[in-house]
Amino acid sequence: MLTPSALRSWYVVHKWTSLVSTLFLLLLCISGLPLIFHHELDHALGNVIDPPESAAGVAPGERANLDAIVAAARARKPEHAVQFVSRDADEPDAWFVGLGETISAPETAEFYTFDARSGQFVHEYPLNRGVLNLLFRLHTDMFAGLPGTLFLGLMGMLLAASLVSGVLVYGPFMRKLSFGSVRYERSTRTQWLDLHNLLGIATALWLFTVGVTGVVNTLSRPILGYWQMTELASMTSPYAGRPPLEREGSAQRAVDAARAAAPDSELSFIAFPGNPFASPHHYVAFMHGSTPLTSRLLTPILVDAETSAVVDQRALPWYALTLLLSQPLHFGDYGGLPLKVLWALLDVVAIVVLGSGVYLWLKKWRVPVESRLDVLQAEAAE
Amino acid sequence: MSRASQVVHTWRAPLALAAASAVGLTSALLSDGAGDVLAWLALGAPVVVVAWCVLPRVQRQYFRSGIE
Repeated sequence: MLTPSALRSWYVVHKWTSLVSTLFLLLLCISGLPLIFHHELDHALGNVIDPPESAAGVAPGERANLDAIVAAARARKPEHAVQFVSRDADEPDAWFVGLGETISAPETAEFYTFDARSGQFVHEYPLNRGVLNLLFRLHTDMFAGLPGTLFLGLMGMLLAASLVSGVLVYGPFMRKLSFGSVRYERSTRTQWLDLHNLLGIATALWLFTVGVTGVVNTLSRPILGYWQMTELASMTSPYAGRPPLEREGSAQRAVDAARAAAPDSELSFIAFPGNPFASPHHYVAFMHGSTPLTSRLLTPILVDAETSAVVDQRALPWYALTLLLSQPLHFGDYGGLPLKVLWALLDVVAIVVLGSGVYLWLKKWRVPVESRLDVLQAEAAE
Repeated sequence: MSRASQVVHTWRAPLALAAASAVGLTSALLSDGAGDVLAWLALGAPVVVVAWCVLPRVQRQYFRSGIE
């Protein structure tokens, strides 16, 4: 049981963490709503085009040489560098090729889809334009780069504090009420207070999970940067001081070597020599497992770019695995379309909770809430 | 009401919904097929409960204001 002064303190925490963050949380909830369905919307808008059902003139099971696909991608944009090629477990007939202005540029400049059977170019994703990109930028950095992302992470931490303090003050407010009561016979403000309490407490754990995993996602660049500086640097350190590569070596053979070294895994993406996710002398293949859980986790395999020999293979450290696990729990993309629909409905409930919170603050009680808390405490003591 | 039964009265439903949410959030991550279906049911619980508490009253409000 909370003492009267503890209850008052938690109420102050709830009020101020909410007030400071609500505007940004509304931005996140509203921009995030369509992003739940970005996979479906990308297809509907024509941003993503899958390879055709069948590839003409290709024998069943035949696969194009990845080096030919990389060469074709390079030929489309010779002044740029191929940074990685990737796979999608749901789209086994596609290879995706990402290019940057330089091999180590942080931004992807071109993203191509190729048919993995015929090697034919299929489509170029329209990066950095369109309404989904606008929503994505509003949701992830408000067009302010890493500082914007970290700021939104801070707002997510305030959301977590607001939820914890909100749950703690829920009990005293509900002392005389049954769960789910909405006193429609009372003032509009009382009705909205009851709705705020009901919707908030019913969805608190989901919102807490999405909020905290969102905060972890805002830390992805620092987390991955730390992994590159420590683990990856230590994996590649035996090659330090070697002269630059004379030729890059075969991506196909690097992928084959990685697959042979981890036969129960599938390739997620392979970073090219010189990229921050690889080294000047290595490809790094990031492999994922095949169960629902392990398909979200990656294991890096270091492949010598010249000899195509596997050099090292290490599990990712806990902080990188935490980041990878935070992605599905934030996106809601791990249980089919029904889970996405539930994610959207819960998001709408969260928007109502945020909006009603602002309303309750604007429409203050005729008596200040602090004195109402005193009344609640007095009732409890009876 | 005793203090203990008061606590049970206040927290029974919220804790049940939190438990259902936790099951829903994890089951689809641990298994495909059955895990997905369990996630839909369990994470659907807070949505259904909210709708069940709010919608009948919203309708009643609407009709009452319509008559007046």
